[in-house]
Amino acid sequence: MVEFSLPANSKVVEGKSHKAPDGATNIRRFNVYRYQPDEGNNPQMDTFEVDMDRCGPMVLDALIKIKDEVDSTLTFRRSCREGVCGSCAMNIDGTNTLACTKAIEDVKGDVKIYPLPHMPVIKDLVPDLSIPYAQYASIKPWLQTDTPPPANEERRQSIEEREKLDGLWECILCFCCQTSCPSYWWNGDRYLGPAILLQAHRFLADSRDEYTGQRLDELDDPFRLYRCHTIMNCTNTCPKNLNPGQAIGEIKEMLARRR
Amino acid sequence: MSVSGYDIVEHTYDVVVVGAGGAGLRATLGMSEAGLKTACITKVFPTRSHTVAAQGGISAALGNMEPDSWDWHVYDTVKGADWLGDQDCIEYLCKEAIPAVIELEHYGVPFSRTEDGKIYQRPFGGHTRAGDHRPVSRACAAADRTGHAMLHTLYQQSLKNETEFFVEYFALDLIMDDEGACRGVVAWNLDDGSIHIFRANLTVLATGGYGRAYFSCTSAHTCTGDGNGMVARAGLPLQDMEFVQFHPTGVYGAGMLITEGARGEGGYLTNAAGERFMERHAPTAKDLASRDVVSRAMTVEIREGRGVGPDQDHIFLHLEHLGADTLKLRLPGITETSRIFAGVDASREPIPVLPTVHYNMGGIPTNVHGQVIRPTDSNPDAVCPGLMAVGEAACVSVHGANRLGTNSLLDLVVFGRAVAHHARDTLKPGEPHKPLAKDAADVALARFDRLRNANGSMRTSEIRGNMQRTMQNDAAVFRTNQSLKEGVEKIYRVAESLPELRISDRSLIWNSDLVEALELENLMECAKTTMVSAEARKESRGAHAHEDYPKRDDVNWMKHTLAWVDTKGKVTLGYRPVHTYTLSNEISYIEPEERIY
Repeated sequence: MVEFSLPANSKVVEGKSHKAPDGATNIRRFNVYRYQPDEGNNPQMDTFEVDMDRCGPMVLDALIKIKDEVDSTLTFRRSCREGVCGSCAMNIDGTNTLACTKAIEDVKGDVKIYPLPHMPVIKDLVPDLSIPYAQYASIKPWLQTDTPPPANEERRQSIEEREKLDGLWECILCFCCQTSCPSYWWNGDRYLGPAILLQAHRFLADSRDEYTGQRLDELDDPFRLYRCHTIMNCTNTCPKNLNPGQAIGEIKEMLARRR
Repeated sequence: MSVSGYDIVEHTYDVVVVGAGGAGLRATLGMSEAGLKTACITKVFPTRSHTVAAQGGISAALGNMEPDSWDWHVYDTVKGADWLGDQDCIEYLCKEAIPAVIELEHYGVPFSRTEDGKIYQRPFGGHTRAGDHRPVSRACAAADRTGHAMLHTLYQQSLKNETEFFVEYFALDLIMDDEGACRGVVAWNLDDGSIHIFRANLTVLATGGYGRAYFSCTSAHTCTGDGNGMVARAGLPLQDMEFVQFHPTGVYGAGMLITEGARGEGGYLTNAAGERFMERHAPTAKDLASRDVVSRAMTVEIREGRGVGPDQDHIFLHLEHLGADTLKLRLPGITETSRIFAGVDASREPIPVLPTVHYNMGGIPTNVHGQVIRPTDSNPDAVCPGLMAVGEAACVSVHGANRLGTNSLLDLVVFGRAVAHHARDTLKPGEPHKPLAKDAADVALARFDRLRNANGSMRTSEIRGNMQRTMQNDAAVFRTNQSLKEGVEKIYRVAESLPELRISDRSLIWNSDLVEALELENLMECAKTTMVSAEARKESRGAHAHEDYPKRDDVNWMKHTLAWVDTKGKVTLGYRPVHTYTLSNEISYIEPEERIY
């Protein structure tokens, strides 16, 4: 019989429990993944009871309240707090999303918070995103042209041409979609993943870009593009309501039409 | 004193840029293009910088919608600044705006378009045409996500240029030598806890504003005035810190920004009587008057009992009449923000708004090249060698006492480019570095080590809250002798509690407890200089509305405030003259006049 074992320190154990202050009547429980890199211990789930009468409406509000008032060692990324910077992407109630736009009242029962799945964890809710960042750079996400732009004015682009970028350029690189994709979990080293392919499409769709052919050549690969099996977790989870699944479909269609 | 126990990695560059928002990225790009070996260190991944949150547009007199001219833009900026701006720098800003925006388009920014395929432009507060001073369409926009479009494009260009980034490195302090020159910066790598010395012949601070000194602001959590703090600790002055812009339309309660572009597209404000009250306060520009004017008008309406809501404590912004299609095309971002944070469908009902801290006109004083100014008795424009500043961290000063909407994104790229040009012209790639003193990093490390082991009785959040409430109450939209006098006393008292800090996380890896403490110290330098500078200024100008001195006083106060923080934490003030000349003879100096919108 083959025996499987988890890598060292991968089992999540029960952690500390923090009670709500006396007198709180409107209490929600937050179960938060904790991992301290320097201690060599297993990750643990800490439980925090939060008085909702003294807390903002979003999950990020609760995390900040916990950090400010209960445990200042709790570590997570955050910046804009309005859903545009992509810092506070994490797994909340089983779904990847932004803590700053996820309303606590939309979660039933205890609020379970984990880092983005399948990424190495640096500390608590802070994942190491260096691989998706490198994958982003690999698709040459900048306008590529041979024709020099007009000297003292903008390149022209019609309203219809510009419209083709809508739903693509708004991506905030939070990687909620990327890390929700089972195909990316298994082949994250070779499959570009939905966030990167959405950006690849953003440049394929730009009327100003002159490297469509080369871009398609580079994507035409059984792993880089075709590991997408239209599972559509990406589109379901995107906190900006973008549709990476459709963008990938359109890249596949461009390639099919070219053959 | 030597601090032991830290792994120190030393790097040598021609240039080190601190910050990777719009200004930092544009500066870094230009430095690399000039062949200078450049490092860009940033505490957040570049596309998470606060530039990403800018909405309405970037101004340039392209004239794509209607006739426009850069000298009209100069006039508007000078008037918006309430004659505290340096007109040589304003001329540079507005003239260079046109090539700077064209360059952004060439970089790939997905601007919205006009029927004939040009960059779409919308009206914005304070931007007018000559003659009748009616609003003019000057704000070049990518829907209402212009900052996002710009920041991502600049990051993409950085990737193209293979920029050397040091991401999630927190800059601790500048390295200053005995001759008073800046020689680089000490930073902490959050990822592995190591300490880094970046030696550089030129250090560029592009660290953004300090909105988080206030309780309610549109600014991101990371807007903590880190560059200002470093400069203050290096014994250099900060300039015009009393000028803090309140944006008229922050979401009531939550503080998120609703772009002025919403009013540019035809939105308007009403009070409890349903009255479009801006028609009374600013008969010509109405809802598109300068931000300070609109914020004061709203505050007056609320104070006089005409606020909306159960507590009559806010104002309504109406966009319903624009229709769902226009909102979707032109204002999709704020439609989403209103839904999520105010629970409002902007196509059906008004958005509850309140003036909210938004921008710091003040900061690190620089000249038109971006060189940091350290005035001497004989030369008010003397520079500090080896140090530049750009973006919201800097005070050039193009925004004077009040910034016009869209001039901030413009400031980033125009002066980001300017510092790179100046570096190209004055610095040789690979120029040898003078040896660094052995203890060059000790001051920075001592501070770091002290905070890391801080074991007092107060949490960072507690002291930060005290600071934020003091600023919110006593350095508000309207200020009085009494509020400012009390404010100075209170903010000093709060600052004196800093030695009582307690840090719980002792780790060096991603210790965000310590990051927040370091940020708090930076914020505190900003808060103190803001309050003390405001207390001293006995006039009303731009964003500094003093009820005991309701008029502008050009005879005594048309001058820049300088604020130094001494080693005991006390703020001392000085002043330097406003530049009353232009850069070229293409335009003449605009004499002060009464500011009516």
